[in-house]
Amino acid sequence: MKRVYVEEKWCLGCHLCEYNCALAALGKTDMTALKGVKIRPRIHIEEAGDVHYAVSCRHCRDPLCVHGCISGALSIQDGVITVDRDKCVGCLTCVLSCPYGAVVPGEDGPVSKCELCVSRGVPACVEGCPNRAIVYEDRG
Amino acid sequence: MMSSKYVIIGNSHAAVGCIEGIRSADAAGTITVISKEKRPAYGRPLISYYLQGKTTPEKMRYRSADYYEKNGVKVIYGEAAAVEPRTKTVLLKDGSMISYDKLMYAAGSVPFLPPMPGLDGTKHFSFMTMDDAEALEAAISRESRVLIIGAGLIGLKCAEGLYGRVASITVADLAGRILPSVYDEKASGIMMAHLESKGIRFRLGVSVAAFENGAAVFTDGVREDFDIIVTAVGVRPNIGILKEAGAECGRGVLTDAKSRTSLPGIYAAGDCTQYDDISSGQNRIMAILPNAYEQGRIGGINMAGGEASFDNAFPINSLGLFGLHTVTAGSYDGDSVEFDENGYKKLFFRDDRLIGFIIMGDVTGSGIYSALIRNRTPLSSIDFELTAHKPQLLGFDKAARKEMLGGAHFEN
Repeated sequence: MKRVYVEEKWCLGCHLCEYNCALAALGKTDMTALKGVKIRPRIHIEEAGDVHYAVSCRHCRDPLCVHGCISGALSIQDGVITVDRDKCVGCLTCVLSCPYGAVVPGEDGPVSKCELCVSRGVPACVEGCPNRAIVYEDRG
Repeated sequence: MMSSKYVIIGNSHAAVGCIEGIRSADAAGTITVISKEKRPAYGRPLISYYLQGKTTPEKMRYRSADYYEKNGVKVIYGEAAAVEPRTKTVLLKDGSMISYDKLMYAAGSVPFLPPMPGLDGTKHFSFMTMDDAEALEAAISRESRVLIIGAGLIGLKCAEGLYGRVASITVADLAGRILPSVYDEKASGIMMAHLESKGIRFRLGVSVAAFENGAAVFTDGVREDFDIIVTAVGVRPNIGILKEAGAECGRGVLTDAKSRTSLPGIYAAGDCTQYDDISSGQNRIMAILPNAYEQGRIGGINMAGGEASFDNAFPINSLGLFGLHTVTAGSYDGDSVEFDENGYKKLFFRDDRLIGFIIMGDVTGSGIYSALIRNRTPLSSIDFELTAHKPQLLGFDKAARKEMLGGAHFEN
């Protein structure tokens, strides 16, 4: 299946992926919708000095977040690790389990994570990356 | 070839893990689940969220409504009375027998209740199951003065669940501090102050000597009236019938990394077991849900003829109470480094390995620390100072990160 892959060599550290992600999560396309809003993207940039790269859910095949989920809110749907926001109580066991720091506490209870923009087709972070440092590919 | 007959005693997270493990390797064999609780698998730790009104019985279902049917699982709502390894049968309390080729014992734990004279004359409840939560909910009123005996995970989550629905909540524990099994002294103090600020009362370092006419008489002589008692002193692995069947047991059923017991064809998983903890190097009970699922799943794969091991287990706990979130992992028997900028964080390490941590406040990224324990990553191989300050992948070298994040298609 297609997943998001990241190449830190090409990452400019522009953080556009974070904004594009937050915008897509709101279901909006006009960037002005984010003015004055504290964004809660499902992808984040880590950086120090000249090193920058994006981190988002790897959609692991044997995901610790799903295996350890106390409510059954996290599940694998056609390979995509998905949060059922109705079932999630925000216990954060998945945050404590994810080896990448890619599942994060949500604003209002349920956790937040990349769900590959399934309804959108191409993930917003990939589409908006100006230097193709984030790609969406099937690498088996 | 005859298809295999799998029987699972238990119907909670370890049992579901086992079903999913079996089905990943064997689509055809028959699976029978023996469920003592008369309901489909649900998120047991959600019962406090249920009392808070944050979830409903329907949402608490651990899997979809058609889960058992879809996975070809027959659920028998009944109780196992005996396991007979020689004839490979399970005897049920109603007298019926079920034969198995491979058996998973995932019977969980049972509340431990020290003798308290007069308890039977007082309204008292456990807080382990949905039945318990419903019984407690039916008994409370706005006027109820509640005493919770036990300041551990179960007792304090119960306090949170009852908060705002009763007149007062008092938590008593023989230990001198709260949550001693998951917190160090400082963390206990921080959480206790937080809970006290919300109005929870504590009576620590005492136990109840007796209940007399609705009053609890504590061991320090204090006498106080209560309407509802919740006993949450602790739990014991439910090893009963498997021990009688001859399985080697300590306090829990001894299991190896493949979830095998000492009896051929019989596996065990979850809170009824004890197994190796890589963070402390001890063989011990780690009654936590993620491990229960994983032991179940690994056992299921092996039962179905596959090959899988769970050889990097250690305890983790994610605990939020009244808006203060905390995560803990591993063991605390080592050197440590402490940070106080955004709450409280303490990391424990020994022999160049991270072995445990406590984080209160911002728990984002804490899974990166868990992975350092799980993978036994030599701390000298990463920038530990950077990582200790903030959990992130920056502490790894480029090659390790490339493997984790995948590289890009035009890389050459």
